[in-house]
Amino acid sequence: MKSVIAEHLVKTYRKGEVVALNDLSLDVEEGTVLGVLGPNGAGKTTTVRILATLLQPDSGHATVAGIDVIKHPDKVREQIGLSGQYAAVDETLTGWDNLVMFGRLYHLGRQSSIDRANELLERFDLTEAARRPIKTYSGGMRRRLDLAASLIVKPKILFLDEPTTGLDPRGRQDMWSVIQELVKGGVTLLLTTQYLEEADQLADEIAVIDRGTVIARGTSDSLKKQVGGERLEITVEPEDLATTNEIVAKISAHATHVDLRTVSAPVLHGSKDLMEALRALDEAKIHPLDIGLKRPSLDDVFLSLTGHVAEETVLEPIAKKKRGGKK
Amino acid sequence: MKNAIHDVMIITKRQLLQLARVPELLVFSTIQPVMFVLLFRYVFGGSIDSGQPGGYVQLLMPGIFVQTVAFTLASTAVGLAEDMKKGLIDRFRSLPISRGAVIIGRTFGDALLNILVLIVMALAGYAVGWRPTSGIVQTTLAFLFLFMFGYALSWIGILVGLSVKEARTVQSVGFLVTFPLTFLSNAFAPTTGMPRALQYFAEWNPVSTMVAACRQLFGLENEFGATANSWPSQYPLETSLLYMVVLMAVFIPLSIRKYKNFSS
Repeated sequence: MKSVIAEHLVKTYRKGEVVALNDLSLDVEEGTVLGVLGPNGAGKTTTVRILATLLQPDSGHATVAGIDVIKHPDKVREQIGLSGQYAAVDETLTGWDNLVMFGRLYHLGRQSSIDRANELLERFDLTEAARRPIKTYSGGMRRRLDLAASLIVKPKILFLDEPTTGLDPRGRQDMWSVIQELVKGGVTLLLTTQYLEEADQLADEIAVIDRGTVIARGTSDSLKKQVGGERLEITVEPEDLATTNEIVAKISAHATHVDLRTVSAPVLHGSKDLMEALRALDEAKIHPLDIGLKRPSLDDVFLSLTGHVAEETVLEPIAKKKRGGKK
Repeated sequence: MKNAIHDVMIITKRQLLQLARVPELLVFSTIQPVMFVLLFRYVFGGSIDSGQPGGYVQLLMPGIFVQTVAFTLASTAVGLAEDMKKGLIDRFRSLPISRGAVIIGRTFGDALLNILVLIVMALAGYAVGWRPTSGIVQTTLAFLFLFMFGYALSWIGILVGLSVKEARTVQSVGFLVTFPLTFLSNAFAPTTGMPRALQYFAEWNPVSTMVAACRQLFGLENEFGATANSWPSQYPLETSLLYMVVLMAVFIPLSIRKYKNFSS
């Protein structure tokens, strides 16, 4: 069964001048994780806001847990949890205050709200900070508290909008393990991210979006196959460029990419290919200035899927008048 | 309906909790009016001939009270704009709570804060010699008027907060509106000294009618604000009530509609 279905969503801002979503369709199978991968302004947040009933599409249709988000937003709200890219909590209050308040707004009783707050603080390793104002929390702690707030009524479907953007590597790791725990518990998750690595870690399936529409969809492996997995990258003196290009072309099954002093190409066998390249370079008496394997980044995915790099220009005009979050 | 009241109460409670966690908030909302009291009472007060038994402070305090509650407009707007910017309003809107609870709860919270602020200001006034002479009923009625005025204005604040995107802009807009409104009035000086056009504006200014109404309710005999036989200066109580009713009748539905249509 599909827990989330979005069909032909269109959303424009400023009377059609800025197109945020352009016929976007996606769905999430119950109990799985869909990673929505795309650059800033691709329409990730707009998609989440529509599915979470915060925004109405200009046209198109969407259901969450089988309920129409436009016709019955109230019923959808009882089924979902939402956590955004910024911590949407009251910063002057303590973590405990916030969770109890949200519990009561979900119409849990007073005691149940308190119990649930304590339970969540414990689970997210925030018990020690529970009685401190959120203002004093680190970025990672804020995100965890924000996530905890979206889990108060144990939603079956969870929307996480760029849960780790702006976190340091440690905070990101913590957040990932928290999310992985959740997924084990059987929640259906739609997660947006700018990081291929994050989608790779957390998602069963990935939808790549660009300029308001889904341009590729599949498992992380199938996408990587399309992109070509790891890339071999060699930097040499300009006079060695031609020879190096020949060597790389022989090793890689794909087209090489050459700029001023660097030759790069997708490779299939990682370190084995790297060693082979080194041996060949040595035989040709070329001493590379730099050589290495690069994991594909979002830019690489975009480059190979769309032929252009991930741009942020699409929503720039609206971004200037936005309210903190992205539209 | 029971749920709706419950939701409003939780949102209101949040603001009281903020006050409990950061008591400085109350200090910030009272320090400016207290400064005004001291400034006008001791710096300008000496050179203003009030013609009032008990001195200028009797005329001044109603003006300060009205000015203080008038700032509710800005504080409501700023508070709401900040919540929006931080995404808190989005979170509230993603919860299965009754429509409007978020903004109604905020107006209640700001109203309760106003009660505290008015108590502090009344004590400050008492300390510098302000003495209402009309008895407990009329004095209480005056404070009820002030409370209602603040409440009506906070609905304008809601609309401003929902419409303007930056909390800092809201702050400036709030001051830009409330400062001229409170000074182009009878709050601190008689309107008789103003140019004719200003005088006209000042007498119809709701701040003036509120100040005049409070002065009357506190038992003052003469009104240095009332000049010509203009209707608002003759019937300050009625005019003020009318203003409050009109403000609420216009801005409550506008704000609620704006909040609900937020999604489109």
